[in-house]
Amino acid sequence: MNTVPYLVAGWIFLVGCYGLATSRHLVHAVGCLTVCQSSTYVLLLAVGYRDGGTAPVFSDVTPGSRPLVDPVVQALALTDVVVGATVTALLLALVMQVAKRHGTVNPDELSELRG
Amino acid sequence: MTDALTLVSLLLVAASATAAVAVRDPARQALVLAVLGLALAVLFTVVQAPDVGLSQLAVGSALTPLLILLSVRKVRRRGQHEGGDR
Amino acid sequence: MSRRMRMWVLATGGLAVAVLLVAGYARLPHFGGAVHPYGERAVSAALARHTANVISSVNFDLRAFDTLGEETILFGAVLGTVVLLRQTRDEREVPPAPAEVAPPVRRYALIMLPVALLTGLYVVAHGQLSPGGGFQGGVVVATALHLLYIGADYRALEKIRPVGTYEVGDAAGEAAYLVLGVAGLLGGSAFLANTLLPYGTFNTLASGGTVPLLNAAVGMEVACAVVVLLARFLDQAVEIEEDNGSAMGKES
Repeated sequence: MNTVPYLVAGWIFLVGCYGLATSRHLVHAVGCLTVCQSSTYVLLLAVGYRDGGTAPVFSDVTPGSRPLVDPVVQALALTDVVVGATVTALLLALVMQVAKRHGTVNPDELSELRG
Repeated sequence: MTDALTLVSLLLVAASATAAVAVRDPARQALVLAVLGLALAVLFTVVQAPDVGLSQLAVGSALTPLLILLSVRKVRRRGQHEGGDR
Repeated sequence: MSRRMRMWVLATGGLAVAVLLVAGYARLPHFGGAVHPYGERAVSAALARHTANVISSVNFDLRAFDTLGEETILFGAVLGTVVLLRQTRDEREVPPAPAEVAPPVRRYALIMLPVALLTGLYVVAHGQLSPGGGFQGGVVVATALHLLYIGADYRALEKIRPVGTYEVGDAAGEAAYLVLGVAGLLGGSAFLANTLLPYGTFNTLASGGTVPLLNAAVGMEVACAVVVLLARFLDQAVEIEEDNGSAMGKES
């Protein structure tokens, strides 16, 4: 159990990279990129977890009564989830432009067009 | 008990991430990504990160799949005129 | 590069990354370990400033400058999307025909719309107390508005969603964050320092100094940003069509 979460994060990242490299559709490639992205959240939260810890929110917990998990990594992951979605939107907008200008969204055909 | 729960949700996340890459049709992939978003939200809740879980739930299972579906529709619609479904 | 060659490069690179990752993981602190030096310091700093939700305190107080960076990325990404997806001269707008909605869907969507909207606003407002905040609540508010599209039709959605107003709201949210930061500077301390307002009573709405204000600014920016993004994408997917014979290589 000690390293399983880290290994899962690594697996998600590598699987996402495989999808990116072998994708035949740019929209699919963007989807694979969001998979890669989610591996960082798993890694960050795994680093911050503490056995028997509770969420660092004191609306119903008396301060000092229980061990807490690390709030810093949670704050990092939280903002990135939302900001990452808008970056995904930007990438999808680029894909639409590619489709409009070149009439294809297959990366292989696109590199043939250029060469 | 918590360990078992964490392990199950980790495996769920790994499986749905693999499925999201393996599904090659982008429209279907959007649905699998929604499942991945849900699995991630469950995992984050289990590791005591409700804030991150909440934002993952809103973004990963609603916003991103919706954006992908809309882009797929736009890309597919090029050249053919069709109406009807979203 | 041939496909086979590419697979070999990918396999080599992937293997190398996997080895590096595993070597790195071996030296990370164990999952569930008890040593979190940064976390403990963040918790005591948040308690000293009367912010019940430590994560909000990290985002909007201890690392407020970092959040300004994140917000700016968000703003830039939305701006880029708006520029990329604007209607060009070779495209025209075709208003979608009103579609028939099944009555149960309509009923459910219209009942859920105010509930979801209120939930989103609640999540934004209580960011400094309970799990939630501007980032999450903003997304909930923005997606809740789009239930109207499911419940009624696209034209009804367009009526309650003047995109221009939301674009202004997006910029105003970003500007409010900056202004609050400068206010800290003028108040005699540092940029974005939480010294301006009294910290208030722990675990009440008006606690945490500037945290609730920065939180609200971010909530407004995120909500407006998501509405604008979805509006552009919906326009592209539903309304905008190309004129005939302009498929290849046309400059926009």
